[in-house]
Amino acid sequence: MIVPAPYHLALSAVLFTLGMVGVLVRRSALVVFMSIELMLNAANLALVTFARLHGSVDGQVVVFFILVVAAVEVVIGLAMIVDIFRSRETVDIDDVHLLRG
Amino acid sequence: MIPFLVVLIPALPLAGWAVNGLWGARLRRAAVAAIACGTVAAAFVASVGLLWWIQRFPLGGGAPGSLPRAVDLYSWIATGPVQVPLRLIVDQLSVTMGLVVSGVGLLIHVYSVGYMAEDPGFARYFAYLNLFMASMLTLVLAGNLVVMFIGWEGVGLCSYLLIAFWYARPQAAAAGVKAFLVTRLGDVGFLLGIFLAFGIFGTTDFVVMTREAAGRLALGGGAATALALLLFAGAAGKSAQLPLHVWLPDAMEGPTPVSALIHAATMVTAGVYLIVRLHAVFLRAPLAMDVIAAVGAVTAVFAAASALVEPDLKRVLAYSTISQLGYMFLAVGVGAFGAGIFHLTSHAFFKALLFLAAGSVMHALGGETDMRRMGGLGRRLPQTAAAFAVGGLALVGIPPLSGFFSKDLILSQAFHARVWLWGVGVLAAGLTAVYTVRAYALTFLGTPTNGARVAAHDPPPSMRGPMWVLTVLAAIGGALGWSFGRPGTLERFLHPVLSVGGEFALRAGGSGVAEGVLVFASVAVAFLGVALGWLAYVRRALRGTILPLAQLLSHQFYIEALYAAAVTRPARSLARLLSVGDRVVIDGAVVGVARTIGRSGEALRSGQTGYLRHYAAFVLVGALLILVYWMWR
Repeated sequence: MIVPAPYHLALSAVLFTLGMVGVLVRRSALVVFMSIELMLNAANLALVTFARLHGSVDGQVVVFFILVVAAVEVVIGLAMIVDIFRSRETVDIDDVHLLRG
Repeated sequence: MIPFLVVLIPALPLAGWAVNGLWGARLRRAAVAAIACGTVAAAFVASVGLLWWIQRFPLGGGAPGSLPRAVDLYSWIATGPVQVPLRLIVDQLSVTMGLVVSGVGLLIHVYSVGYMAEDPGFARYFAYLNLFMASMLTLVLAGNLVVMFIGWEGVGLCSYLLIAFWYARPQAAAAGVKAFLVTRLGDVGFLLGIFLAFGIFGTTDFVVMTREAAGRLALGGGAATALALLLFAGAAGKSAQLPLHVWLPDAMEGPTPVSALIHAATMVTAGVYLIVRLHAVFLRAPLAMDVIAAVGAVTAVFAAASALVEPDLKRVLAYSTISQLGYMFLAVGVGAFGAGIFHLTSHAFFKALLFLAAGSVMHALGGETDMRRMGGLGRRLPQTAAAFAVGGLALVGIPPLSGFFSKDLILSQAFHARVWLWGVGVLAAGLTAVYTVRAYALTFLGTPTNGARVAAHDPPPSMRGPMWVLTVLAAIGGALGWSFGRPGTLERFLHPVLSVGGEFALRAGGSGVAEGVLVFASVAVAFLGVALGWLAYVRRALRGTILPLAQLLSHQFYIEALYAAAVTRPARSLARLLSVGDRVVIDGAVVGVARTIGRSGEALRSGQTGYLRHYAAFVLVGALLILVYWMWR
């Protein structure tokens, strides 16, 4: 590999952490979604890296699965967000705390 | 045919109870009354039928169509050695009791229709009364101690229900509870007696017990005495003998027909019946019989004395009942079982009559029972006064009324047994005369103490009718036992039952002269008592001497106070102590567990914030922990 594997993995880790922090910290539902996508793609990167490393295609196949799942998740999630926005005029996730104990 | 008839006797009033109890509130009053009185009338007719059948076909003679002695309704307990069938027996004794119970019961049911006509609890009253009749008839027809105990408890329950009939009145409710608890004390003895009987005989069947008593019970032995005394304890409770008599005066809180039926004519006589039924057992325990006779005699005199200072008319009659029951126990205690039953019968007539007359006085005065607020009613209630007079004379024992014959029979039997018993009985008879004259004088003679008596009048025919029937019975009932030197009709009738299993020979009657002297003595005492009462309460000539004596008597010799100190207060303190334990320990534990679970739930609740970000953070933390755990493996 031109760029050694550890660098790819480090990038994956950084991207994942950024995504995770984004999910925890950001208030806009759309940004949370983007952060989740970021995390998923970080995982994709790690998988492809390892696939290249081991010289097998298995990791890349799993990436396809993840891509499909991510797409589906986005569809449903965005539909829900649009619905919430329609009834509440907000996408701030701190405003939807009715299901509290 | 006969089994059917026997079952009908307790079953019909039971059906009446069910119908009136479940639907009585929705029926017209006439229907309720018809059902209630009808079932009892049918039971009475059935009893008469049984009487005729007994006369026609001597029991167990083997002749075709002879009466079966026992009718088994159901094999209730059947486990090897312990067999308790639901058995009713038919013999002269049970038929006699059945006739008295259903006959007097019928008269009182009819009287109640008029007496309770304006009461909102009309249907409930008749339901309870029918249930009582069913229980009492079960009691007297029972073939073994267990079935008898079923009836025993049933009449106790109905007594409670009817005493506390007007349950909104606190005195009535308290009186009902008191009656139930005091008789319960006696019932403990009864139950222990039943267990002992099982132990000795292997059964509680009356036929078997009577037959085997002589064999299994050593004369004067511990087993016989214990059994006799335990059964007597039950009888003493139910029949209000010293010291378990305290419930009966308070039981007067109930409607007057109830007092007449339950607390004069029937339930309270159950104890006497028990002893007569098991006479074979009691005859094997002379010591117990002495105790019974002594208790009866002392009770007779004590209660008569208490009646002397009682201002409430019904309570006077209650004490009178206790006193007369004492006579019955005195009789059975000396072995005069037939005389005891005879007095039971005649007492049922004249005491019920007295209570019904008192009831019509109350009816006329709007519920007044305090004699100090009565007077001069003889003019306004002539029929009632006449009825009361006849009942009173019978009670006092003036010939030729029924009470004279039955009481005299007891007294002469007592004399032949132990003279001191006879003396006490005569003393009680004298006191009886005095308090009876007192009651009559305060109620019916003299000037009215309350001016507003214009509306007072004799009761309606539905109430007068039974009173007249009882008047006649109280007057001529003596014919049942008229016996001078030879056994009376009732005694001869009961002889087949009473002679089995005991050495008690049919009373041959002493020599004519000795009998005559005793009779003369008791009649003389009766007249003396009447004269004394006349002087004291009609002429008011003996004021000064009465007061201090009255003081002692009006506190019933402080027996009630003794009960309060020795029994009630310790029991209440113990109850309070235990209630603390109950509240703190048991409730604390149970509620504590519930509270702990609740609190832990509340604690866990704080994690449900509703904020997505918090939840995401929790997921992260959890994932990290798992990661750490894996890496450290």
